Formats: sequence, C-alpha cells, structure tokens
Amino acid sequence: MNKPVKQHLIDPEICIRCYTCEMTCPIEAITHDDNNVVVDAEKCEFCMDCIPVCPTGSIDEWRVVTTPYSLDEQFGWMELPAQEDLEDGGDTGGMEALDEAMAALLAEAHEGAGGKSKAPTSASKASVNLHNLAKPAVAKVQGNFRLTGEEADSDVRHIILDFGGQPMPTLEGQSIGIIPPGRDADGKPHLPRLYSISSPRDGERPGYNNLSLTVKREENGLCSNYVCDLQIGDEVQVTGPFGATFLMPNDPDARILMICTGTGSAPFRAFTMHRQRSRGSSGGDMVLFFGARTPDSLPYFGPLNKVPDRILKKHMVFSRIPGADKEYVQDRMMVEEEAIAEMIADPKTHIYICGLRGMEVGVDHAFANIAESAGMSWSATRDAMREDGRYHVETY
Amino acid sequence: MLDLINVSYDTQIPNNVGLSSDKKVLKALEKWHPGYIDWWNQLIPNRYQQSEVYLRTAVSVDPKGWAKFDYVKMPEYRWGVLLAPQVEGRTIPCGEHAGEPAWQDVPGEYRNLMKRLIVIQGDTEPASVEQQKALALTAPSLYDMRNLFQVNVEEGRHLWAMVYLLHKYFGRDGREEADDLLRRQSGSEEAPRMLGAFNEETPDWLSFFMFTYFTDRDGKMQLESLAQSGFDPLSRTCRFMLTEEAHHMFVGETGVGRTIQRTCEVMKENGIEDPFDVDRIRGLGVIDLPLIQKKLNLHYTLSLDLFGQEVSTNAANAFNAGIKGRYQENRLTDDHQLQNDTYKVWDIVDGKIVQHDVPALTAINMRLRDDYTKDAAGGVGRWNKIIEKMGIDFELKLPHEAFHRKIGVFADKLIDPDGKFISGAEYDKGMVEWLPSHADGDYIQSLMKPEYEPGKYARWIAPPKVGIDNKPGDFEYVKLAMA
Repeated sequence: MNKPVKQHLIDPEICIRCYTCEMTCPIEAITHDDNNVVVDAEKCEFCMDCIPVCPTGSIDEWRVVTTPYSLDEQFGWMELPAQEDLEDGGDTGGMEALDEAMAALLAEAHEGAGGKSKAPTSASKASVNLHNLAKPAVAKVQGNFRLTGEEADSDVRHIILDFGGQPMPTLEGQSIGIIPPGRDADGKPHLPRLYSISSPRDGERPGYNNLSLTVKREENGLCSNYVCDLQIGDEVQVTGPFGATFLMPNDPDARILMICTGTGSAPFRAFTMHRQRSRGSSGGDMVLFFGARTPDSLPYFGPLNKVPDRILKKHMVFSRIPGADKEYVQDRMMVEEEAIAEMIADPKTHIYICGLRGMEVGVDHAFANIAESAGMSWSATRDAMREDGRYHVETY
Repeated sequence: MLDLINVSYDTQIPNNVGLSSDKKVLKALEKWHPGYIDWWNQLIPNRYQQSEVYLRTAVSVDPKGWAKFDYVKMPEYRWGVLLAPQVEGRTIPCGEHAGEPAWQDVPGEYRNLMKRLIVIQGDTEPASVEQQKALALTAPSLYDMRNLFQVNVEEGRHLWAMVYLLHKYFGRDGREEADDLLRRQSGSEEAPRMLGAFNEETPDWLSFFMFTYFTDRDGKMQLESLAQSGFDPLSRTCRFMLTEEAHHMFVGETGVGRTIQRTCEVMKENGIEDPFDVDRIRGLGVIDLPLIQKKLNLHYTLSLDLFGQEVSTNAANAFNAGIKGRYQENRLTDDHQLQNDTYKVWDIVDGKIVQHDVPALTAINMRLRDDYTKDAAGGVGRWNKIIEKMGIDFELKLPHEAFHRKIGVFADKLIDPDGKFISGAEYDKGMVEWLPSHADGDYIQSLMKPEYEPGKYARWIAPPKVGIDNKPGDFEYVKLAMA
C-alpha cells in the first residue's frame, strides 16, 4: 500500500466557479471544466496562495488519501467525498499541518490522547500552513517579559510578536513554528520549533495582528535561548499556524476542564482570554488545574488570580513549597473528585491536558480512579470523549 | 525603493502606486477625496455608518495580503488605489498592435475611446451603491448585512480605481470626468447614471441577490475584457478589481441559493409537492420557485442589454486597437487579430430567429455575451441541484436571449422565453407568468423584515453553509450602533 498523502481539494457544493484561485495559482495547479474547479495533486505545492483569495471558503479542503483523486474523478464530483477511514494517518479532525515534519511533531504531542484526535464539533475551522519553511512570515518582536520571579529556578517568558500586514489567523490551541537563525552541522537551515500560542484569536491586543507565546529557557536549547533573548524590534521567521484538533469549542455552553504544568498553560491562557472577551462577565464554566514548583515559577500567577471564579475556577498546585507537602495536579484532582466526576459525566464537558510528557501517567491515573469510583470505565469514557472531539492531550 | 506590493499608508489614500512621490496626482486625488466622503456619508443611513462591520480590507495585492478581516466603521474603511503587480515584459494581447510592448501611457490616438470606456465602467460602481442604499434597513441577517456592506465598500473602491486612472492619465478633462462621477446619481432626473440598468432602485433582497448574480456578472465580464487591455495600468487595475468582484458573485449565487433552499425546506416540512401551489407556499412566508424564475428572467434579460449591439464597430475598434480583449484572451490560441475569422450572431430574417456568421471582429460584444451566458448558466445549474436534492420537481432556466430585450436585434420584439414569435395578445397574457408583477413585488416586499440578532435569519432565507472568514454561525458580523 502507498503511504497516505495529503491532497488539496475544492468543495464543489460551495464553490461558485469564479476561478479566482485558478488565476492566482502561481504554478497552474488549478484547472476547471464545465462542471468543477479542481486541484492537480501532482502539481500542488501547498503554497496556500489560493486560500485567502477564495470568496467562499470552498478552497480550504484536505483529505488524506492512499491514491490521490485524479482530475477526472474530481471533474465528475457533485459533492466532496468524505475522508476515507485509513488505518494510519486518516485525520478526520482536520489537517494539523501540511508538511511532514510539523505533522509528525503534532502527532507525537497528541499521542497521549490514546487514539486519533478530533477537533470539538463546534470549533472554528483552523487555517494551517499559511507560511512555510520556503516562505516564512516575518514577525516583529513587540515585547519580551519574564513571567517567573527573580528567585525562581526557571526563566519563562511572554513573547509578543506582531505580523503587521501579513495574514496570521490563529485559533486558541494552535502553534506556530519559529526558525532559529543560523545553520546546523550539515550547513542546512534549522527546522522550525513549535510553540503554543498563548493569546486568543483576535490578538494579544484585540484587533491587532499580534500574538503571544509562552517560552521556557532550556539549558543549551538552541531555539528557546534565541527566543528568550529576543529584543523589541527584532525580526523573527515564523511558519504556521499549525494544529487543527487541540482547539476550543465555540459552543458557549461547553464546559472546559484544563490540566497543565509550566508552559503547558499557554493554550489555556488563550482559552480563558477568548471566553472573557467573547462572554464578558456572563461566566465561563471553565476549571483549571495548574501545577508548578512554587508560585513564583508559575507563569501568569498574578494575572490568573485576577480572573474571577465565575469564569475560571483555579486550582494552583505547588510541589516545592518549603515546609509543605509536595502536591501535584493529580493529587488535587483526587481532592476535587466529586466535581470532576460530575464534569466527566456531562456530555458538554471538554477535557484538555497540556504540559510535560511526565504528567500524563499521573493525570490519567487520577481520571481512572475518579471515573471508576463513579461506576464508569475510564478507557471507554475517554475513547468516547475523544471520538466526540472532547478529549485532548498535547504533551512534549 | 518603491514598494509596489504592500500598501503604503504614508498619504491619506492607501495605495501601491507610489502616490507620495507623484505630487500632482496626489493633490488632485486629495481634492477629490472630501467629495467622495460626502457622497458616502449622505448615502447610507447614519446608524450603519456608526456600526462596526466585519469587513475585509486589502493590505497588499499579493494573494496573502489582500483579505484581512476586521471590524471597521465604513466611513473609516481604507479605500485606496491598488493595482495588480506589473508583469515584466507584458505585451499587447490582441488587435493590430498584438505583440508590441504594453502601453504604460495612453497612446494619443486612442485617448478618447479609452477615456470613455473608463468613465462608463467608473459610473456603474457608485451607481450600484446608490441603488442599494436602503437595503440594510431590511437585512435578513447580520451576515447578509455584512455582505451587502462589503459589496458596497468595494464598489466604492472600484470607483477610486477608475478615478485614479482618470486623474493620472487624462489631465484636466479626466479630473472633470472624475467630478462628474460623483455628480450623477442613480435614478436622478437631471443627472442620471449612464446605463439604464443602473438607474433602477434595488427594492428588496431577492432583487439584490439577482442583481449581484446577473448584473455584477456583466460588470465582471467587462472587467475581464479590460483586464486584457494593452494599456497596462488599466489592465492591472481591472485584474485586482476582479478578485474583489468574485465576492459579489458569491453573494448573488449563495443568496439566491439560500432563498431556494429555504423555500424547498418549508415546502417539504408542510408536505407541499407542487411548486406551483403558490398561494399555500406564500402563506408560509417563503418565495415560491415560479417567482424566483420570474425574477431570474427579468434580471438576466436586463443584464444582456448591457452588452450593447450584437454587431458593433465600436467594439471592433476597441479590440483592434488593443484597448480591450476578449474573455481570457491570454488563454485563447488563435491569432488574436481576427482579421479572417467569423463568429455566429443572432439575427431576425423573414420573421425567424436565426444565427449567421459575421466577421469576428464586429462580433466582440456578442462573444462576450455568450461567455457571460455560459458563466451565468453554471450557477443556475447549481441552484437546480439544490431543488433536486430536496426532491422537488422544478427546474430553473435562463430564458432565450431574444426574450424581453431593449437593445440589439431583438429589441421590443414579441418573443416568448422559449424564443418563439408570438402575438401581442399572447405576449400580454404571458408576461404575467414570465416577469414579476406588482403583486409579486408587493409580496416580496412584505417579507422584508430585518433580523438583527446574531445567528438568526429571516424566515424566507436559509443560513449559509460556511461563515465569512470561517466564523461560527452566531458570529456578530455587524455590531450595530444604537438606533
């Protein structure tokens, strides 16, 4: 069997045959007959030039296929075929990324969900890969603030990037790639590193085309040191956005349970800000379990405390407070057992886990305990939630 | 270095033509600008001027930068002068100068012809905004209101585009023509717009959708032919306008499609199989399919008249001079001069409708009209798929080109929608079935009640399948200012 590939398609039921995409495509990969406008899988290089010019949104369709649909097949379509169920790589939740390297990184990050990730049914459709290695966007650094205390043993930074006139439509939960300058040992440019966006869809500052990242300085980390040392006004090469499943539900009644450690808080800051901005003071029905060593090493400790409980119920958990017992997120989850059991049983609840890979086992174990005490099978519940787009893991 | 891709905001007028270093034209445009803003402000009711509308604004003319979405108050929309990037070594695509380098300035011998074409095109742009000025009051949803305003601001920008050409390349009489574009008014007794179809009010939303589908498609075809012009600045202007025009086609096609969808849904919900059971269907507050056919007949035939005479020496001259080309001239594979070719045109001989060959050069209008009809027929086929999918036995179709015409060989002839000659009595009797009556208009008017709650739609129209800019269903496309 051939290795599955991603194919760019156009939805014939939405397309109005204006041929703007065809005129825009720099390599004539788009063509039409009397029936349909179609993309030639052998020619398309995923440059994305055709995506913003489409007036209908029909152009933004992707399928993973073992054999790409031929032009003749596409000419004959009355409607778009559903995503085939492929054993490997059939990604019905949306295309996370179009280049292999980024897709592989995200697939690895999402492995902890225990199966194929799916976006929440009410999530907005994410744009992916508008900028790639060959044609990255250039962002300007607008801010670089240390989030952890002077005494803290970690240096976590809040970086604000401005994209000026370049399009960078993002959703909460998506990531961007940063290309560190310089060359690797083989003299090739470095591959981009992925960072979760920590600002909501309308920008770090509403209405501005900017976004923020939450980055921890890693010892000898090529890219993290580069990013943490950025100065205001510096220019950064950016790819993406990436990710099409770890997204928040738009349904205002959806309940959100978030569990994170360290910089895993980035997407949850975005989730919270989006709900705050879109729902105002009407409440949020979000719960956050956030683990760190000490309060001054917990990113956004101050601002988080200012978010009212009716929007976000916060459980900040510390493992290195002198004189206190070590407490991890899974410990606090057990304390809140009843509240969590009630949420798991509610079909409106969406669960998100984000942080270091090491947290997965403990959190999963806590969920299993809680579910089973309530008479539910955790693995069955989790699989059903995941299939429903309501269980998401991103760890690294 | 002059940046000709990204839009420069260093003058009052966003542009990618280096206006800040072209003082003379900048000054002329800045003088014209207040008149334009006045025109806009007096046109659309103040409440909507003060509302935040989720619009797309071009921030550059390369594919990635021209669709930036954000809330903006319409009077603060950045209208500007945007030309598609210059293609190195572009040549004149057709006519006796075919193959020579494209003109970067207006050749003296064609100055008047060229100016006239630009003025006619420019005159239609503000005219349609004038025709549609009252529609927001009855918008069937905030989504539709946003689409209306997007069409309006872009028509405004298209006026800017033509005015720039007049100021830059036609000196004093160009400036006078630019002023006249703001002086004429759609439907005015003293100073009407130049083309008849642009002096009729757009009275309701179905008319608006039909107008954007059929009449704006004529505009698109005219832009397509000017995009092939040997006068490079005109070609580049029109090429960029076409990317915006696609949105207008989208509003028309999906607007009519959603109306059809809703009618079929309501028929099904109420067990109505017969699409001609008009009274019952209207009793349910949706627009019956036969009435949609009548509206289609009207708007299609009015739009055909915009193409002018089938055989035209003016059109032949414009093509031969390389001022305008045929639809997708650059993709055609003939000699691009048409000296020895023929083309089939309609005619009436001995009381019969026939087609015969004429020199292709004289049939440029007819050819563009044929391309238009083919383009327009595609969407009608897609509307029929909606009806078919809903299991209703009804088919919309374009009437014969000879029906209900005011210009060309068929003007004022007694011909039915199938293209048959009929008697005056038959014609009068048939018109009730073929074109919307006053009663039909009143019925549509009775449905025109605004729906201003995000995510809600008036009863007679279905929600769109996909939101603008991928927005969810309940997105607030217009944040209405308090009345």
